[in-house]
Amino acid sequence: MKKFINHVDDVLTESLNGFGLSHSDILKIHLNPNFITRADKSKEGKVSLISGGGSGHEPLHGGFVGYGMLDAACPGQIFTSPTPDQMISAAQAVDNGGGILFIVKNYSGDLMNFEMASEMLGIENVTVLVNDDVAVEDSSFTTGRRGVAGTMIVEKIAGSAAEAGASLAECKELGDHVNKMTASMGVAFTSCTVPAAGKPTFEIAHDEMEIGVGIHGEPGRRREKTKSADEITRDLVDTILEDLKPDNNAEVLLHVNGFGGTPLMELYLLFNSAAKELGENKVKISRSLVGNYTTSLEMAGASITICKLDEKIIEHWDSPVHTAALRWGM
Amino acid sequence: MSTEIILQIIHEVQKAYEANASEIEKLDQAIGDGDHVINMRRGMRAILEIEAQLGSLNPGDALNKIGMTLLSSIGGAAGPLFASMFMGMAKALGSDHMDDGKTVAKMFSAGVEMVKQRGKADIGDKTMMDVLIPVSNLFSELVLKNNLSKNEMLQKLMDEAEGGMLSTKDIAATKGRASYLGDRAKGHIDPGAKSCQLIIFTICDYLMNQE
Repeated sequence: MKKFINHVDDVLTESLNGFGLSHSDILKIHLNPNFITRADKSKEGKVSLISGGGSGHEPLHGGFVGYGMLDAACPGQIFTSPTPDQMISAAQAVDNGGGILFIVKNYSGDLMNFEMASEMLGIENVTVLVNDDVAVEDSSFTTGRRGVAGTMIVEKIAGSAAEAGASLAECKELGDHVNKMTASMGVAFTSCTVPAAGKPTFEIAHDEMEIGVGIHGEPGRRREKTKSADEITRDLVDTILEDLKPDNNAEVLLHVNGFGGTPLMELYLLFNSAAKELGENKVKISRSLVGNYTTSLEMAGASITICKLDEKIIEHWDSPVHTAALRWGM
Repeated sequence: MSTEIILQIIHEVQKAYEANASEIEKLDQAIGDGDHVINMRRGMRAILEIEAQLGSLNPGDALNKIGMTLLSSIGGAAGPLFASMFMGMAKALGSDHMDDGKTVAKMFSAGVEMVKQRGKADIGDKTMMDVLIPVSNLFSELVLKNNLSKNEMLQKLMDEAEGGMLSTKDIAATKGRASYLGDRAKGHIDPGAKSCQLIIFTICDYLMNQE
């Protein structure tokens, strides 16, 4: 394992400290229990958005704390959901009297920890559950679709609505709506190594890829020989479109997300492939985002996320945002 | 059973985890994400850090404190599930002492029930419940019949735990991260079930050698 580490047990704390130091104008790090808040408290009465999840997906979620998105983020251990005391402390710190909106990725661990926090909190709170990953069949026989790269879109849209004065119920409704309009699917070329484990999470041959991989390096739909970028993209985009069923000439947001070990050059190449495929399907890209936003440590690979747009989503996507990982309009 | 015995058992479980870490890790890497052992170790370390404080509590309060400590240290799905086990046991025990099999069986089954409610999993989902539910049911049945010696009973519980763990091998998972694999999870023992079997084995083995 070759990583920038002093001591394995200090990886998370030291990374959080560096994150706080480098963005002290935007956010503040709190340790034991660990949570990240905005540097300045948001205004009285505003709904407070809190998300969280295992670490190792940076910039998700801490990178989206700031004006126009989250009020707080709770980073768990690497690939391990945060614990209820983190969510409770974060909620007490950022509560403005408008209630708490938890944004949770649909994984058993995250769900249970946020559920316990919600029960123990004593402040009005509701939860938006994100499950945009179409790689997992959604049936009563599975835990259900996972929450992956589409989560940051839910955070952006609900965050903007909260900033504009929407009520807790309105933020929840909008968050659920965006989740329904959004679908993602990813592919991995390599595994990743959790520092505490010291070895790769899974074995994969040099000419193989994992289609439908999860953001913790957990296996997806199937293992295949690698193919051309166009062929891989067609597979991902077609599966997503089957799920979203956009109308002819529907406008979408296309988000190409890197998992941490794939260069931007390839991500843009992938965007080009996806744009061709969407064009053939008569889908219009009217907003785009390319980069490493929901990562899996150093895993090579990428995911494609498509969000069907309507007037409301466009308005809240375009609105000003000022976070460590996303900034425009201010 | 006193708080001191609970703490001794936790030391034994920690030793058993160290001895079996690579086996559980392998199972978790096959169908999970490979962090179960790391997380459980962190939980046990957190309990042992407050060992002195726990030693001064009665068994019910100690169990509850252990549950809360696990809840804020393990994370993932294992955190709330193992925490629920202890919190459920603490609630059933109240301020009583664990001085007979019936009380312990009642306490154990209350813990298992709380885990079941939190995880919404049942027998056949390829989870820790495939070990916990059969062991809890058998335990209640055996203390009611009351025709076995202590060690005979403990041996039966160990066998039941082993059977439950092995039963997870040939089924597909319907809960947790292994469920994403569909049929690909078949042929692998569930790491959560293995974890519970190891804990039950260690507790029974320890109690067999007491008094």
